Amino acid sequence: MNCTRCKTKAVIDLPRHNAAFCKGCFNVFVHDQTAKAIKSQKMFGKEDRILVAVSGGKDSLALWDILLKLGYKADALYVNLGIGTYSEESHRKVTQFAQTTAAAHGATFHVHTVQEEAGAGIKELAQLIHRPACSTCGTIKRYQFNRVALEHKYDVMATGHNLDDEAARLLGNVLRWQEEYLDKQAPSLPASLEGFAKKVKPLYRLSERELAAYSVLNRIDYIVEECPMAKGARTILYKEVLNRLETESPGTKQAFYWGFLEKQHRPEAAPTTMAERDQASLRPCAICQQPTTAEVCSYCKMMARAKTHSAS
Amino acid sequence: MLIQLSHPTRSVEIKGPKKAKDLLKELNLVVEAHLVIRGDELVTEDEMLYDKDQIEIRPVISGGN
Repeated sequence: MNCTRCKTKAVIDLPRHNAAFCKGCFNVFVHDQTAKAIKSQKMFGKEDRILVAVSGGKDSLALWDILLKLGYKADALYVNLGIGTYSEESHRKVTQFAQTTAAAHGATFHVHTVQEEAGAGIKELAQLIHRPACSTCGTIKRYQFNRVALEHKYDVMATGHNLDDEAARLLGNVLRWQEEYLDKQAPSLPASLEGFAKKVKPLYRLSERELAAYSVLNRIDYIVEECPMAKGARTILYKEVLNRLETESPGTKQAFYWGFLEKQHRPEAAPTTMAERDQASLRPCAICQQPTTAEVCSYCKMMARAKTHSAS
Repeated sequence: MLIQLSHPTRSVEIKGPKKAKDLLKELNLVVEAHLVIRGDELVTEDEMLYDKDQIEIRPVISGGN
């Protein structure tokens, strides 16, 4: 398989774009998609100070790498959750990236350790308050990122949420019709009131597989091991279901999430009933008088064609 | 060929030659959720893999919250 752009040997195929790329052209693709997301959603400019939430996983490290390479002022915060060897390993990988790659761009690396402030790690805290570990983790991370963003006067906070994360979250919300959460699914959330930092998701146009490929190709050493607390999490089930659909029908995930975003931006038309819409668009068929949007209905057209063929 | 898998970490031996996409199919793995890495190089789905190759199949799904 050859690269769609330069015709040399490809290293990744992207069925949803009907394309394949070599390393160089794939990097251009990833950077372009991120730049497009930043511009179209008015996320930030070159003068803004950005705080990237890094976890040691592929998405957040790729995001930090991409923003620095695109010339943005991007610092990062890592929250050590105190999940045994998993946190030790992710902390080591983030620190390594900060020292070997980000420091060369003049980026600052912040660390917050949950154990130091709360006296316990996520697992113990979740047990104490009888809440699932993932929701406890989410609350702590959101709180600490917002706190550090405000304390250090960052203009915007960026997370590595990708297309799969957003599509899975949307699926979960739609399956339960949790409409109150849908407003928060935009890739750019303004600082709606004093005390909230602006939040953006510059990777929402890129899939999880594309970001893993970007990290492998650019030798970003991320933690491949799954978070032990996330085993059996429902979002992972939603992602698996969406990936099966995507494999059978490429483009499903982007059509689902991007379609939702387009629908959110479209000005709401005056509400009409089905009967009102039918009355405005339908008229009697010129042949049989049954309602149709055309002069002759589909049934009469089909029968006319069948008669023509049987006569010839 | 020796295949390295994750979640949980394990190795399996599969007879080559075989295309990357057929290898994933044989292991009942979804293409969209995995990368196939030969040595330390990423390969496309149509790449032919041989018995001498060291292969890693890396899952890409992550997250909980």
